[in-house]
Amino acid sequence: MSDLLAARSQMAMSLAFHIIFSVIGIGLPLLMVIAEWRWMRTGDSLYLELAKRWAKGAAILFAVGAVSGTVLSFELGLLWPNFMRFAGPIIGMPFSLEGFAFFTEAIFLGLYLYGWDRIGRRAHLFSGVVVALSGVLSGIFVVMANAWMNTPAGFTIVDGQAVDVRPFAAMANPAAFSQTLHMTLAAYAATGFGVAGIHAIMILRGQTNAFHRRALAIALAVGAPASLLQPLSGDVSARVVAETQPAKLAALEGQFATERGAPLRIGGWPDVERRETRWALEIPYGLSLLAFHDPNAEVKGLDSVPREDWPPVAIVHVAFQIMVALGTYMALVSLWAAWRAWRGRSSTALAEDRRLLRALALATPMGFIAIEAGWTVTEVGRQPWVVQGIVRTADAVTPMPGLVVPFLVFTVLYVLLGAIVVYMMRQHIARVPGEPSGDGTRREAPAR
Amino acid sequence: MMDILRNLTIAEVTAWVVVVALNAYVLFGGADFGGGVWDLFASGPRRERQRALVAQAIGPIWEANHVWLIVVVVLLFVCFPIAFSGLATILHIPLSLMLIGIVLRGSAFVFRAYSYGPRAEQRRWGLVFAVSSLITPIVLGICVGAVVSGTVGEALAKIDPGPGFPLGGLPPSRNAAAPPDWTFASLYVQPWLSPFSVAVGVMTLALFSFLAAVYLTVEAEGDPELQHDFQQRALVASGAALATAVVTLIIGAAGGGVMERLVGTGWSLPLLAASTIAAGGAIVALVRRRYRLARLAAAAQVTLILWGWALAQFPLIVPPSLTIDASAAPSRVLAQTLAVLAGGAAVLVPSLWYLLKVFKSRGSAVAHPD
Repeated sequence: MSDLLAARSQMAMSLAFHIIFSVIGIGLPLLMVIAEWRWMRTGDSLYLELAKRWAKGAAILFAVGAVSGTVLSFELGLLWPNFMRFAGPIIGMPFSLEGFAFFTEAIFLGLYLYGWDRIGRRAHLFSGVVVALSGVLSGIFVVMANAWMNTPAGFTIVDGQAVDVRPFAAMANPAAFSQTLHMTLAAYAATGFGVAGIHAIMILRGQTNAFHRRALAIALAVGAPASLLQPLSGDVSARVVAETQPAKLAALEGQFATERGAPLRIGGWPDVERRETRWALEIPYGLSLLAFHDPNAEVKGLDSVPREDWPPVAIVHVAFQIMVALGTYMALVSLWAAWRAWRGRSSTALAEDRRLLRALALATPMGFIAIEAGWTVTEVGRQPWVVQGIVRTADAVTPMPGLVVPFLVFTVLYVLLGAIVVYMMRQHIARVPGEPSGDGTRREAPAR
Repeated sequence: MMDILRNLTIAEVTAWVVVVALNAYVLFGGADFGGGVWDLFASGPRRERQRALVAQAIGPIWEANHVWLIVVVVLLFVCFPIAFSGLATILHIPLSLMLIGIVLRGSAFVFRAYSYGPRAEQRRWGLVFAVSSLITPIVLGICVGAVVSGTVGEALAKIDPGPGFPLGGLPPSRNAAAPPDWTFASLYVQPWLSPFSVAVGVMTLALFSFLAAVYLTVEAEGDPELQHDFQQRALVASGAALATAVVTLIIGAAGGGVMERLVGTGWSLPLLAASTIAAGGAIVALVRRRYRLARLAAAAQVTLILWGWALAQFPLIVPPSLTIDASAAPSRVLAQTLAVLAGGAAVLVPSLWYLLKVFKSRGSAVAHPD
């Protein structure tokens, strides 16, 4: 394994874990706040139990997300010192702002978790709202920095040097809005569907108590609207990519030749040798229509960039197909659930439709898989560049040899961490109320 | 001292802001690591109560305390990209070890707190938490010691085009980074693995443990037995900190450079003297059971050591030759970052104050659970 590949693998592995931790860390606080708010409105203690349970999940995910995020902020320098030397000042602004959002989140999460019997009810709910808001803001800032790597802005290159650095212009780069919107919706959709799926499985197993019904309703109230909006946000993203990163669009669509009236290819396998995407279902004019809202628009193919600047086409294309397929499924199930809830005139009607419950159970991991796939599209699709068109990934890597060692060490660490988080979340999310609890709940006083 | 203040560049102002953030990390985050050390060394009839006090003291605040480290790192890479990329290259190995420690410490703490498993499982997490709390400060201190001693800067000079490297310029090709007498150890191990840096590492551990024990005497208010336990521990740690400080100074003075300046002439002497007075004051206050006063003196002692280091090194960011100015981002970036920091502080300071008021104010401490 070359040092470059080891560095890329370590970064990809760190991000693959961190993205899941942070997505749940963004989504769960919203569920938790909704449950606490419902408890305050209705006095129904099941809502309080839900809020406390999701709060514990949020605490675990926030801690693991915080430490894995720390690892990433160091890895930017440990693995890519030349990238940071160039890019640090230009994209520093969203990172600085993220620092504050993260700080705020940490402070108010401490108040929320340990403050049940220390601060008033309203102050407690307010703390939860701040946690939910600052969590989503953290995510937005980090994704803005990533968007800059795709559509660099806010500086001028003169004689190979970045001059006239404008941090706020860099932050407001062309992909910033579409990427942050897409990622934020993804976080809510994935968490909402993940939690809804777990409770759907519980109900299917015969635990048809009010606890699971309420949990299912709140999780879907978050997950379903996000899943329904996600295709629209995907359209916004695709049009930005079409304009700013034609090679990435060509790779994700398997478009080898530049053409007018390009078809939309569903599935298939891009054959780089023959320069065609085989066995795909082609919808005439579909791609031109989607990418430019004009059936005869010209779509640039991979032939518009030199061969050495192509991203790995097959990976990007397949990852994109996976993301779209899973997103479509989640949007359709959301429609179904919305129709069901509307027809039943109550959210509890959801829990009586076993076919819907099975569809939800199936969707449990889908949002997370879609996120990994989408992340693969945006990162692998940018290769061989770390900053699109300006800095090559190969030029950014640290000169230190032997990078396979840290890659393996951190992989073992993260796999262990991931396994433990899954184990802990099973203990917390899946436990039926009334079972004995351990150390973590001793601090909590009964509701006032 | 006054002429330093008069002629500060914006880059130097930013560097002092980094020192302030580092100071906060040491006083808050450092003490949390020290808490883990006292979990590891919990002993005697009140062993479990000691552990419970540590967990209760750091539980609500350690996440916020940890963020100071993120602030330091982000400020370094935004405002001093040349220094950051250089440090991250040469200190790759110890920084990676520190990260592993940070990951294990933080996750093990929260796993223990929220475990529904059997006691044995909780004890295992407690052990991971405690051991990683012990190792991480040593590695952090090693990194600091390596920077102070100038060995990191010397290694960096071998692989870096140097101060002539264009600010914000495109990265140099990798092959330019291979000096003729290159070996892996000479670039990536020896610069940080020296008697001096290890001495700084052990001193860091002693200081963090000292801070934690002193803070815990206050946390244990209302429980004289526990207060006594942590008073004893604070005194032991104080002795260890003084001993390691003397060793560090002797090794450092022999090595010359920054340490020579620190123990040499001028303004560094008053700072050292003040730190020693604070250390003595902390001991006296501990013995007289004036714990809140001891907390103040201990924080002052550690703060003065940190600022003594920073002043001795000023205006260098990576000794022996890389200056703060030469490694800094364009001044517009610095100005806007400082403005954002000021704005953010307006939100952060009241929030932090509220957090500490809820959990750390007089009478807020809950007697040990159960």
